[in-house]
Amino acid sequence: MAKLEPPTTTDVVAAEDLPTSEETRRQRAFDLLWRSWLFFFLLALIAYFWLTTPPHTFLAGDNFKLIALNTSEVILLAIAETFIIVTAGIDLSIGGILLFAGVCGAKTMLSLSGTHDQVAMGLYPHATRAIAAGVIVCIAAGTMWGLVNGLLITLLRLPPFIVTLGTLGVTFGLSDLISGGTNFFAPVPPSFTNNVGNGKILGLFVPIWVAVVILVIAHVVFHHTRFGRYTAAVGSNEEAARRTGIAVNRHIVEVYTLGGFLAGIAAILDLAIYTNISSASHQTDNLNAIGAVVIGGTSLFGGVGTVLGSAVGAFIPTVTQNGLIIENVQPFWQEVLVGATIIFAVYLDQVRRRRTNR
Amino acid sequence: MPSRLTGQRGLGDSEIDVSDDGGLQDANAGVDKPPLLEARNIQKHFGRVVALRDGNFALRPNEVHAVVGDNGAGKSTLIKIISGVTHADEGELRINGGPVTITTPREARELGIETVYQDLALADHLDASANLFLGREELLGPPLSWFGFLDKKAMRLRTEEAMRRLKIGIQSVDQPVLSLSGGQRQAVAVARAIAWGRRIVIMDEPTAALGVRESSMVLELIKEVRSQGIAVIMVSHNLPEVFAVADRITVLRLGRTIVTLNTAETTLESVVGMMTGAVAAVA
Repeated sequence: MAKLEPPTTTDVVAAEDLPTSEETRRQRAFDLLWRSWLFFFLLALIAYFWLTTPPHTFLAGDNFKLIALNTSEVILLAIAETFIIVTAGIDLSIGGILLFAGVCGAKTMLSLSGTHDQVAMGLYPHATRAIAAGVIVCIAAGTMWGLVNGLLITLLRLPPFIVTLGTLGVTFGLSDLISGGTNFFAPVPPSFTNNVGNGKILGLFVPIWVAVVILVIAHVVFHHTRFGRYTAAVGSNEEAARRTGIAVNRHIVEVYTLGGFLAGIAAILDLAIYTNISSASHQTDNLNAIGAVVIGGTSLFGGVGTVLGSAVGAFIPTVTQNGLIIENVQPFWQEVLVGATIIFAVYLDQVRRRRTNR
Repeated sequence: MPSRLTGQRGLGDSEIDVSDDGGLQDANAGVDKPPLLEARNIQKHFGRVVALRDGNFALRPNEVHAVVGDNGAGKSTLIKIISGVTHADEGELRINGGPVTITTPREARELGIETVYQDLALADHLDASANLFLGREELLGPPLSWFGFLDKKAMRLRTEEAMRRLKIGIQSVDQPVLSLSGGQRQAVAVARAIAWGRRIVIMDEPTAALGVRESSMVLELIKEVRSQGIAVIMVSHNLPEVFAVADRITVLRLGRTIVTLNTAETTLESVVGMMTGAVAAVA
């Protein structure tokens, strides 16, 4: 019988084959550099537009505020998508949920503001209560679709890709059925636009504040609470999470419901900023949100992610679109660029995973 | 839910220092006392396939008990029944002489039985501390606990303490377990089982995925677990390793537990013979 060699160190399991702290530090620095390509990419994008646009257009303070305003919505969707993607899921329907919530919210605001004729003439006698009801409807409709996604994925054991592709179609179709496929006959009450969409607190637009506050909360939840930890655990090893007693299905439902809730909030901002809503402007919301997340350093394979990275990533589509419009280039190039960047970002992530997985 | 930890031996609870009541454990170790865990006439069918037709097994306190057998002999089934992953069609389980029912892994854990699965069941992207406390997180005090705020510092300290107690040299408990070596990952899984397992730790093929040096580390770890006063059930294919650590060996063949032997009173060759049926089992 082979005699087993006793370990030479005092520890039963030795630490010696671990990288030294020096190596770990170098490794971490490299990882940080590897991850921060996004920032350089964003900076390069900004520099490019700065150099190629007329002076005082792209780099003007007002334009930056505009970019931030446009990005506020994408940030909310990207936060939603971050939690979902970290569970190793995906939500393709996020733009459809936003659209459905926005259409229902707008419809509610217009119907409760006054008679059809009053509203058509620009009078909104009951604007305040109509706005309140519309906001609640947006959140409720968004949350409901998130819940539907989560329940279909867990109860029917269907892949998230298929479920949300299906609900993407359903939400777009239902939204167009409600709205007639175009903008509503009148904008949402002007007081809503003035106070929320164009409203400012301490010099910053309200939607930017909303995005920043939710971003901070999401970051804290993701990194410092049990909810965030279970999200990563489910995405990292679903079976292990289940065996340690985590209610995995329940958690997945909660994460998709949270996604729908955030899409509902984004719908409120969308109505407040753009005053009206139609399906045409939300076709690529999912592209932008998923793009922001994977460009921001969250792994599409689940288990790891960062909320703040997604928020930075959310600037890529909006900065591009804004710059291209100023340059008088067809803004459709934005979709081309974001699509290509997603592929590049996921490729980088895969290379990194191959390096770390021995 | 911090209350879920009460009544269980939590990490760092005063009760945890089992080495203090080692004398008590020795007193219980007498052969005439009821076994710590006993499986009687366990049967399990999967469809028409009989995985286990007559499983009898008795675990004494404070022993390393190996379960060996050829592929398909019923080792995994027996272990899964004890750890609550599947449950038996027939037969009974007793703990300290009293009958128990174990239908889920959670129920097994509540009885103080923890399992180190062959695939380790670690969340690779989380660190050692997060894995040790997975599903049983420590929270900060109220009101922060209402929002599920994690007490990361306390969990890290208790993880370091658990690692020290098992003499596991791990450089940092807050790097993803993905970046650890195979032996260290195994150690994290074992540490988690011991940190929460009051009575019994089940290890399914603990060295199957490891190299020679790492395997010997894990075997030392198993001895360390025993010295903490916890009984170990070890499923293994590797007979030299079984002979290196196990106090007793139960041999399974074709779904029957044919014999339980004292390691000191048998040889590797005769165990191999019993596993394959070449040698008739002498109880």
